[in-house]
Amino acid sequence: MLKINNLHAGVEGNEILKGINLEVNAGEIHAIMGPNGSGKSTLASVIAGKEEFEVTEGNVLLDGQDLEDSAPEDRAHKGIFMSFQYPVEIPGVSVTNFMKTAINESRKARGLEDMPANQMLKLIREKAELLEIDRKFLSRSLNEGFSGGEKKRNEIFQMAMLEPKLAILDETDSGLDIDALRIVANGVNKLKSKDNAVIIITHYQRLLDYIVPDYVHVLHEGKIVKSGTKELAHELEAKGYDWIKNGAVV
Amino acid sequence: MDLKDKLVSSFLAFESKVDVEHPVHDIRSEAIKNFEDKGFPSKKAEAWKYTSLKGLQKIDFSIFPKEVNALEYKEVKKFFLHEIETYKIVFIDGIYSSFLSETTHDGVDICLMSAALTKPMYKPVIDVYFNKIASKDESLTTLNTAFSREGAYIYIPKNKMPKKPIEILHFSTGNETSLMLQPRNLIIAEENAELQVIERHQSLTSNEVLTNSVTEIFAAENAIVDYYKVQNDSKAASLIDNTYINQKDKSVVKVHTFSFGGKLTRNNLNFFQNGEHIDSTMKGVTILSDKQHVDHHTLVHHIEPNCESHQDYKGIYGENSTGVFNGKIIVDKIAQKTNAFQKNNNILISDKATINTKPQLEIFADDVKCSHGCTIGQLDEEALFYLQSRGIPKKEARALLMYAFANNVLESVHIPELKSRINKLIALKLGVRLGFDL
Repeated sequence: MLKINNLHAGVEGNEILKGINLEVNAGEIHAIMGPNGSGKSTLASVIAGKEEFEVTEGNVLLDGQDLEDSAPEDRAHKGIFMSFQYPVEIPGVSVTNFMKTAINESRKARGLEDMPANQMLKLIREKAELLEIDRKFLSRSLNEGFSGGEKKRNEIFQMAMLEPKLAILDETDSGLDIDALRIVANGVNKLKSKDNAVIIITHYQRLLDYIVPDYVHVLHEGKIVKSGTKELAHELEAKGYDWIKNGAVV
Repeated sequence: MDLKDKLVSSFLAFESKVDVEHPVHDIRSEAIKNFEDKGFPSKKAEAWKYTSLKGLQKIDFSIFPKEVNALEYKEVKKFFLHEIETYKIVFIDGIYSSFLSETTHDGVDICLMSAALTKPMYKPVIDVYFNKIASKDESLTTLNTAFSREGAYIYIPKNKMPKKPIEILHFSTGNETSLMLQPRNLIIAEENAELQVIERHQSLTSNEVLTNSVTEIFAAENAIVDYYKVQNDSKAASLIDNTYINQKDKSVVKVHTFSFGGKLTRNNLNFFQNGEHIDSTMKGVTILSDKQHVDHHTLVHHIEPNCESHQDYKGIYGENSTGVFNGKIIVDKIAQKTNAFQKNNNILISDKATINTKPQLEIFADDVKCSHGCTIGQLDEEALFYLQSRGIPKKEARALLMYAFANNVLESVHIPELKSRINKLIALKLGVRLGFDL
């Protein structure tokens, strides 16, 4: 589904990603771990198409199609979703109206009519229940005054609404207490199917106790320095990132 | 002839149309003298630094319409808040249209200035209120006072509240090549009274119109006045709005100004807090394009202790449009425990658009809370990316962000149908296709 070949990318001439290779197939969950500043969030943003990052070498393919010239909205229409580490507050637009706009724009891009209002309402109710989101919450302005946990839950709610092919969860566990973590993980697990894939980007192993990855990759200084199965995450937790940084792996 | 001379000489003709024996005429005569002395303000005056009336003075405006013009309701229905029942005071080219209006004397007076200025039964009220808060030396206000004859007259007695909101509508038909109008409104809410007013000026053609309007509002103890100005006029219509508000103890007055259209608009909004525990609110949304110009000049004079004022103006300026915000707050020495807040946030969406924004605080008391903040910016790139990453195309995402920026001023609009109407106007003005109902 997703294939990343020798990807080099950076901001204003500073190279952050220095040759990433990664293949994610339908039905798989991949975890990308690494110390602060290793390039994890940059990788997520580059896949989602953030314009501030420049790809200098290599490419990102989705179903064999090079994404290089795709705007973020086109990537969303093709099924890429990124859960933001820091979701943006947008006063004046309610969660519900935001989702309606997003869904109908995606439908428009696929040549479909707007979703009928009653169907939309049903979908919203169903997905809100999955994430244990209160109805009142949906009429509030998007992310405005939300707690850290509410913001993250709202991100996964959006994921549930948009049903992406490939979901990238960027530090979704940060700022979550244990109950919120459980709700979010439960949501992701329920949305998982053999047709979609998830990339979990995280500093800590704790989310991976709830969403069990098929593969774990360790990112360090813009490169994947080690790949393995879920046991690698435990090993990292026990030994710390210094183990990687000291070059023991290479 | 230059416009000032034309106006001054027209005063003689005007005198043949009104009762010169009425005491109000002494006020008019004083006023024309002041205007004759001062003339139109020039850019040399600090308050007019960014707004020039020069171009308008070159136009040969008719001072009075030559004939009485009529309009069919269906031609102008869309300018009314027709979704709900309202009282309506309607003028066509400055002349009252009884056909389009719906006035009342049922416990409250919602009617005409021309009646109030001539009929003996209104004289006690006119003696107490007329021209009592409007400036006697600001030249445009005195120009209006000199020609004051017609407009809306609203009197809400103690403990009363009209059954429905009141719309004041001024239409210009364009039957004159260019027309100058001087509407004069007087609105009185006695103790504990409450009312909602929507004011709109609408030109129906692309002929030049210049409206120099004066509105005096008196809110007695505990009165609540909600006033909405909808400014979405044609590209050849200019408006100078002079509004003066006098508030007494515990009264609450809110003025919302929505400026989306017109050629040149100048809003002089003046609040005088003559009492304690008063709440004054001024909010505005300005969205401009083309070569439009809007100038908001607000004044809040905190005269007594323990009062509040809130100002929140949002502006979005596109193409070659220009905006001005000047917010003056005066806190007198005795006005301790004043809370005065002022915000003016602007987004420039074109390299050629301009905004001049200036807070002007004159604080003589020491135990007060005053804050002001002006921002001029572009759209938040991170927010744009966020919306795009959810599948909302860049153009729509930009529009949605601008819509969100402007629309949170609307929270305090208490008439749902008006709120929805304004929301639609904002969406239309920004070219947003909203994926949801308003």
